Amino acid sequence: MATIEKAEHKELPQQLIPDPGPDVILGKGHTYDSVTARIAGISFLPFKNSPKKWLVGAFIAFCFVNLLMLAMGYLFMRGIGIWGVNIPIGWGFAIINFVWWIGIGHAGTLISAILFLLKQDWRTSINRFSEAMTLFAVACAGMFPILHLGRPWLAYWLFPYPNSMWLWPQPRSPLEWDVFAVSTYGTVSLVFWYVGLIPDLASMRDTAPHLWQRKIYGFLSLGWRNSAIHWHRYQKAYLLLAGLSTPLVLSVHTIVSFDFAISILPGWHTTIFPPYFVAGAIYSGFAMVLTLIIPLRSWYNMRDLITLRHIDAAAKFMLGTGLIVAYGYSMEAFFSWYSGDKYESFMYWNRMTGPYGFTYALLILCNIALPQMLWSRRVRHNILLVWILSLVVNTGMWLERFVIVVTSLHRDFLPSSWGIYIPTKWDWATFTGTLGFFMFLIFLFVRALPTISIFEVREVVHHEMHGQHNQPVAEEA
Amino acid sequence: MSHEATLSHPSGIHGVMVEFDTPEELLAACHEAHAAGYRKMDAYTPIPVEGLAEAIGFKHNKVALCVLIGGICGVVGGLGLLEWITVIAYPHNVGARPLNSWPAYIPITFECMILLASLTALVSMLAMNGLPRPYHSVFNVPAFQRASVDRFFLCIESSDPKFEQADTLRFLETLGGREVNVVPE
Repeated sequence: MATIEKAEHKELPQQLIPDPGPDVILGKGHTYDSVTARIAGISFLPFKNSPKKWLVGAFIAFCFVNLLMLAMGYLFMRGIGIWGVNIPIGWGFAIINFVWWIGIGHAGTLISAILFLLKQDWRTSINRFSEAMTLFAVACAGMFPILHLGRPWLAYWLFPYPNSMWLWPQPRSPLEWDVFAVSTYGTVSLVFWYVGLIPDLASMRDTAPHLWQRKIYGFLSLGWRNSAIHWHRYQKAYLLLAGLSTPLVLSVHTIVSFDFAISILPGWHTTIFPPYFVAGAIYSGFAMVLTLIIPLRSWYNMRDLITLRHIDAAAKFMLGTGLIVAYGYSMEAFFSWYSGDKYESFMYWNRMTGPYGFTYALLILCNIALPQMLWSRRVRHNILLVWILSLVVNTGMWLERFVIVVTSLHRDFLPSSWGIYIPTKWDWATFTGTLGFFMFLIFLFVRALPTISIFEVREVVHHEMHGQHNQPVAEEA
Repeated sequence: MSHEATLSHPSGIHGVMVEFDTPEELLAACHEAHAAGYRKMDAYTPIPVEGLAEAIGFKHNKVALCVLIGGICGVVGGLGLLEWITVIAYPHNVGARPLNSWPAYIPITFECMILLASLTALVSMLAMNGLPRPYHSVFNVPAFQRASVDRFFLCIESSDPKFEQADTLRFLETLGGREVNVVPE
């Protein structure tokens, strides 16, 4: 009988496992067996042995899920009049949160697809987790346009399907492009995530301590038996999925930015929107990855699997994409002055000094000023500070969407149609509700599925046994 | 234990299997088995091993071709749908713009291509691998559950024309693995 170590699944490693530092992606002394047992062991932990912080966090998140249900229930009863949106600001929190959430998802695809194609080995420990983050963020994002429809139960009218009214959606509209972009993105993210999970589910099936767990993971693993020929096709399919996801992730946020850029509103009608939206999306996504993995590795004692190397690299990515975003802001400001168009220059002046001027100042502080601290190696290696900065960037990116949506709309061409947008408590309830929903899904995911790609970490173990990765790999972009 | 298993399963065996500690040993063994004339065999590894599928005689990976076809169907289907909607099914004059305003259809056509190509990648990979599959004989060997953890297996199947249980077992024993097992059907 095989003697795979099953005792380890009872509880987490007792003593603190130290971080091996910024040069290595995996702690010393790991074998194929030990990484499998460590990562799978988190899901096999008996419920009563869950970390206290997990229980408290999941409970708080669940409360916010209920708040979301309440907010949605009331919305369905009363209509979107319960929100603060009105003419001229017809696109309030709904679109702000939609763009914010979908942007957060983008880092997951970037880590799993683009860094895979670029052969960045530090992606291995965080790709599964980021893909899950993508999936849940897209789920949150998808809710907002549907809730904003007014008659959400007719959301299927957005898709072209043969119907008795013989009516079809308008495919020349960016809003219809969005329907296809977001639904494709959600589907492909799910496929990519699941394909990555199949071999790990087989590992879980083969090491699970209880029969019911073996049955569930066995069902989900589709009978994967690690055949060399299967691996060959698997790797080809995975590579192709990565290659397909790469243009997809760029196209999705480009299309999201078209929602604004195709219109003729000052503040929205700019050609810089697509690249700067994509950069902003990756910026906020990396911030969210850091916000989540820093507590995760500490709660589950995984500092040897998610090391300072990963945090350092993600922080550098945040710095780099943040600078692209800063360039976007400055070009936006420059062209509204340089164009000589009075509506454009008024819009930008109003954005900086009008009633919402404080949001613009906060945006510059959160997205441009404070993240410059990441230039310093000492800051990047201070885990607490990086975590706080990731929260700052998340806030900043949310403010960016608020500034773009609200300040561009609230001073229209005619002063008689000017207005002010104040989100109501139901706006906040829906937004914080989706935050809770997202966190709750993350908590469940950590509990039930391997948070780190087990077979890819086994590959890292294999490379390290052969000394191919003894020296730190080349610095990433 | 392998020989007891042989006795209790005189007929109807799936094949014989040998177990290794490292991918390098397994790769060498696969080359040897292929050189010895065995063709119907499979290797099982907890990590993808480069060159292993080729070593056991696997040549044509058709996943990429399927994905290409899926992508082309996505482009044709997506663009065709939009043209059909706007030109034939529901022609709608908006500010005298042409009915066939194809540049506006690029984003949706592109998304349809990605969607169909990705779904084809999933479905074709699973279908050609014969998955999902609820039962397979290799799982009858108790040690085999380590194929997804830390052991590397080579299984020569009984459907191989050169397969002769006693000879093949003896051959596998010469390969220097940990343990040789008969795989019951």
